[in-house]
Amino acid sequence: MTAMIDLKNVSYRYPVSDDSVLKNISFSIEKGKFTAIIGNNGSGKTTLCNTIRGFVPHFYKGDLDGEVIIDNTKITDYQLGQLGEKVGYVFQNPFIQVSGVKDNVFEEVAYGLENLGVPVEEIKVRVEEVLKLVKIEYLRDKNPFELSGGQRQRVALASIIVMDPEILVIDEPTSQLDPIGTQQIFEIIRLMKERGKTIVLVEHKMDLIAEYADDLLVMHKGELVMQGPVRDVLADPAFEKYQIQYPHVTEIALQLQKSGIPLSFLPIRDEELAEALNRTGVAVHD
Amino acid sequence: MTELHLTNVSFSYPDGTKALENLTLSVASGERVAIVGQNGAGKTTAVKLMNGLLKPTEGTVLVGDWDTKNHTTAQVSRKVGYVFQNPDDQIFHNDVESEVRFGPKNMGFEPERVDALTTWAMKLCGISEFAEENPYNLPYSVRKFVTIASVLAMDSDIIILDEPTAGQDKIGLQVLGNLLRVLEEKQKSVITITHDMEFVTDYFTRIIVMANRQLVADDNAQKVFYNTEVLERSMLKPPAVAQMAKLLDFSPGILSKQQLIKAILAQRSL
Ligand SMILES: Nc1ncnc2c1ncn2[C@@H]1O[C@H](COP(=O)(O)OP(=O)(O)OP(=O)(O)O)[C@@H](O)[C@H]1O
Ligand SMILES: Nc1ncnc2c1ncn2[C@@H]1O[C@H](COP(=O)(O)OP(=O)(O)OP(=O)(O)O)[C@@H](O)[C@H]1O
Ligand SMILES: [Mg+2]
Ligand SMILES: [Mg+2]
Repeated sequence: MTAMIDLKNVSYRYPVSDDSVLKNISFSIEKGKFTAIIGNNGSGKTTLCNTIRGFVPHFYKGDLDGEVIIDNTKITDYQLGQLGEKVGYVFQNPFIQVSGVKDNVFEEVAYGLENLGVPVEEIKVRVEEVLKLVKIEYLRDKNPFELSGGQRQRVALASIIVMDPEILVIDEPTSQLDPIGTQQIFEIIRLMKERGKTIVLVEHKMDLIAEYADDLLVMHKGELVMQGPVRDVLADPAFEKYQIQYPHVTEIALQLQKSGIPLSFLPIRDEELAEALNRTGVAVHD
Repeated sequence: MTELHLTNVSFSYPDGTKALENLTLSVASGERVAIVGQNGAGKTTAVKLMNGLLKPTEGTVLVGDWDTKNHTTAQVSRKVGYVFQNPDDQIFHNDVESEVRFGPKNMGFEPERVDALTTWAMKLCGISEFAEENPYNLPYSVRKFVTIASVLAMDSDIIILDEPTAGQDKIGLQVLGNLLRVLEEKQKSVITITHDMEFVTDYFTRIIVMANRQLVADDNAQKVFYNTEVLERSMLKPPAVAQMAKLLDFSPGILSKQQLIKAILAQRSL
């Protein structure tokens, strides 16, 4: 398989920071995979996203060591614009991802395509499709600055999806969304994966990660401390020490195990709990 | 001691969007309330009406014995502190401590009280170690705590937190939980908007549910999270535990991890 995103011994320090915020990070993400970056607050998730899209160090300056390779080309060999077309980035704070030059949601979502010089007819078709997909058709005439938090978050996602980038880097896209809305966004991400996109998602909602993501990258104080398929990482006893939330069902299973109930395997989805409990098995996680 | 009364409150934004319809609710002094529900339901609009940032199109908002229509936002916000949904709407100093200190200083408190409140609020929010940092170099989650501390330091009777749980990790949620306990001891009223149903179940007994510009429920967790109609209307899902309990065929009512674990252990020992 070909690597779409490849980091080799990457370290990074912001101009004003005393210490490295990313410490010797290496990983490789295959084309078409859905990878979730998890880790506690301040562990470097957003900084890592900004490294993948070339904003570190282009925009933030500071010192970057190591190699960042996107689709077999070193990031230093891209024009920033080229990279921007390849890597779509959805900001953590949806309130800041507004162009400020468009006065309705339809035009806001169309803005990126306009800048690329896409023909008007095609823009219309693509924007209509995305408004529908992200369920914001009803907001088309609203001013992007006069939306609720969750509405803005959907508009921010739509503005990137419409560009149809090969790689989607999405930083906590559901933080302002109601529970059903959150689920809908994960369904959209799944659809993007089905369309062959490579997806990097930062997210704290572990139940949904366990349901949808392929792989995990676990960040802790600037280090990449664990990586691998979601189920393997969660089943590794080492995960516990980072004090990151487990999927709720996993947390319950682990507590039951501590109370002497054997598990046949470690469940990571709600519907696995019954099975994990019914079979008497060996302890899988001490 | 300040009570809050909204009576038949409706609100429309200047662009004609009707954001709130006929909302009636009261919050007793010292009470802790969660507001949950659908995106765009009107939650932020409702709390902005409570602290005088917005004035009702119809109906009345009473803060203590003040009708907010007759007072400036600056006056009302001395009694009702509001932490914005977007932290970047609120932060305008270059270091964390100045940001937190601004509020109490601006209120004209004695210097000693300003010092004490600033230190207390930063500690309670777990940001003392960042006192000298520029808020814009801090991660989103910490910036949110900077804005919470800035509001707590103003020592208002009523405190409104708009989505404090967004983007918080497990430890951040514990800091918030602890903060709610401390504020309750100080007899502050705290109104918290959140989409985190686990957090709601863990820390709140009174839950206000909103959907489509209206209040659809004002009840305890048991009643809200086992009411399918309310859940569907307001785009909510009960906490994960309720779903697990259902899959394991337990009778309705289980909401917390402790309850579920107890139920499973009890079944095993039969
Ligand atoms: N612009 C900046 N200048 C200096 N330091 C920064 C800057 N942005 C982030 N940092 C620092 O880098 C570290 C990692 O921050 P980052 O925002 O990447 O964390 P995160 O894991 O995304 O956190 P969160 O869960 O809150 O979003 C933090 O110590 C932060 O203070
Ligand atoms: N400044 C504004 N001008 C016009 N309409 C607005 C403005 N702010 C919000 N609205 C609209 O008012 C309605 C209620 O918005 P509000 O921000 O109160 O929702 P909310 O319940 O807080 O949602 P969320 O959970 O997404 O934050 C929404 O339809 C929104 O689009
Ligand atoms: Mg971040
Ligand atoms: Mg809101």
